[in-house]
Amino acid sequence: MTDTAVEAPIIELRGVDKWYGEFHVLRNINLDVGRGERVVVCGPSGSGKSTMIRCINRLEEHQRGQIIVAGIELTSDVKNIEAIRREVGMVFQQFNLFPHLTVLENLTLAPIWVRKLPRNEAEETARLYLDRVRIPEQADKYPGQLSGGQQQRVAIARSLCMKPEIMLFDEPTSALDPEMIKEVLDVMVELAREGMTMVCVTHEMGFARTVADTMVFMDRGEIVERGPPKEFFASPKSDRTKMFLSQILAH
Amino acid sequence: MTDVTQDLPLAVEPPPRATSGPFGWLRANLFSSVSNTILTVLAVALLAVTIPPLVRWAVFDAVWSAPNSRACHGAGACWAFIHEKLRFIFFGTYPYEEQWRPLFAVLIFIALIAASCDRRLWGRRLVLIWLAGLVAIGVLMWGGILGLSYVSTELWGGLPLNLIFAVIGIAFAFPIAILLALGRRSQLPAVRTICIAYIELIRGVPLITVLFMASVMLPLFLPPGVTIDKLLRAQAAFMLFAAAYLAEVIRGGLQAIPKGQIEAADALGLRFWQRTRLVILPQALAMVIPPLVNNFIGAFKDTSLVVIIGLFDLLGTVTTALSDANWRGTSAEAYIFAASIYFCFCFFMSRYSQMLEREFNKGRRS
Repeated sequence: MTDTAVEAPIIELRGVDKWYGEFHVLRNINLDVGRGERVVVCGPSGSGKSTMIRCINRLEEHQRGQIIVAGIELTSDVKNIEAIRREVGMVFQQFNLFPHLTVLENLTLAPIWVRKLPRNEAEETARLYLDRVRIPEQADKYPGQLSGGQQQRVAIARSLCMKPEIMLFDEPTSALDPEMIKEVLDVMVELAREGMTMVCVTHEMGFARTVADTMVFMDRGEIVERGPPKEFFASPKSDRTKMFLSQILAH
Repeated sequence: MTDVTQDLPLAVEPPPRATSGPFGWLRANLFSSVSNTILTVLAVALLAVTIPPLVRWAVFDAVWSAPNSRACHGAGACWAFIHEKLRFIFFGTYPYEEQWRPLFAVLIFIALIAASCDRRLWGRRLVLIWLAGLVAIGVLMWGGILGLSYVSTELWGGLPLNLIFAVIGIAFAFPIAILLALGRRSQLPAVRTICIAYIELIRGVPLITVLFMASVMLPLFLPPGVTIDKLLRAQAAFMLFAAAYLAEVIRGGLQAIPKGQIEAADALGLRFWQRTRLVILPQALAMVIPPLVNNFIGAFKDTSLVVIIGLFDLLGTVTTALSDANWRGTSAEAYIFAASIYFCFCFFMSRYSQMLEREFNKGRRS
């Protein structure tokens, strides 16, 4: 926190705690993400990384501390939650496309109903983003007719259609067959190059090295270590980080 | 990359001969094993014993017109009874001269149901068509305007009664059921408790009880001078009863929706009602079409229970027609006729539901 940011961070987590029943899943999380910053979160399973990013758009509720996104504090006020969700896109491990709608309808649903865009305008934007994730020809198919990699790219395009300021990725490649991981990561790298603010939970360390500005390592509900990827991978400070990296990079 | 693999020609082999063609089919399905062969032979024998006498009774030996059942001697069916009582069975005590009105009402019902099968009409337009249709049916049945004479609901009977109870009952019960199902899964304890109490209470009592309460007990609680039409009370009873059952079916569909769908809708910023209407309900309802239609069929057949409270639906008019001293011994014919009408409607519903299922599952392999 030594560098004086010109701008206030777009995501601020201040002393955030969360419990599942008796289980302390997030412990005193402090995290700032600047506009345009790419943060990659890693850590062993059950370390709370998914829970943390799901708190940022209130899919999970934090019980202590403050979360401020784009200048709006997340409280139980539905207005604030809605305002934040409009600015934050999310991509899930299991894609979560709407199976009863075509690809194009998946992409235009939220712009039409949440942003109140006219249908033709929403469709124009949707086709633009389908082009960018390189599947313009699939617009009229149903999600069930696409491969996993294609589905995840549709899911990314669906989030982008809302023109969010921030994109959250919750293990976007973990449910994919190996040969499809690259096509999704390519889209994400491109997105990073365009200056999107990204918080990404992933085990893809190659991707992390390429795009991350900041690496965050979590274990047992707390942030153990953070830093630029070069230092993070070359000389991790904590033993837990070393151990995790040795396990994940061993083969 | 993918283009290269697609361009590689793949050899296409036809299936082995034995499993295709009519003989292959016969061998695979009827004579695949000793026990299967025995079953096939037994089934054919059973059909040979039962079908010819039945056809002889119902068609060849049948009497199609006669003045009364005594003139109907012979071994065959006495369809003359149906011929004689046809209009009474269909329209009950509705004034004879005016029976074209319930006939048109029935035709409008059938047209409305047929229109609902066309998915291109689904939406606001279909609602308007239904409203117009129901108004037309009301005008035809009641009369009192447009030069039509007024016919009191006490005279209504026969098939129109079944259709009115079933169609209007289901049409209104359906939205109530959706609200009950959503309410039962609500986070708000008060809403949840009310919905659970309602569903469990209604499901816990027989339909006949609800009909009795609507027709006998409800008037006792009304202030003197205030009367609600008996037909309307029965209609309300049907609606409330069907809603409780449909609610549980719909809740089953809601429970089958993966949590990720709700999260994805939330993350996109959809509000509760948008999420419910655009994402959750379309999937939940499509999933429960078979049990929904099962309930619709049950509700349609349950309408014959209104006999209990002195309304004469199709089955009621058939029973009444049978009490005619001139037509003793024709109950088999009468009930077969009534059953075949019920069957036509129920069979149509079941076929329609299969069509809907195919439609909804189009392109949805996942």
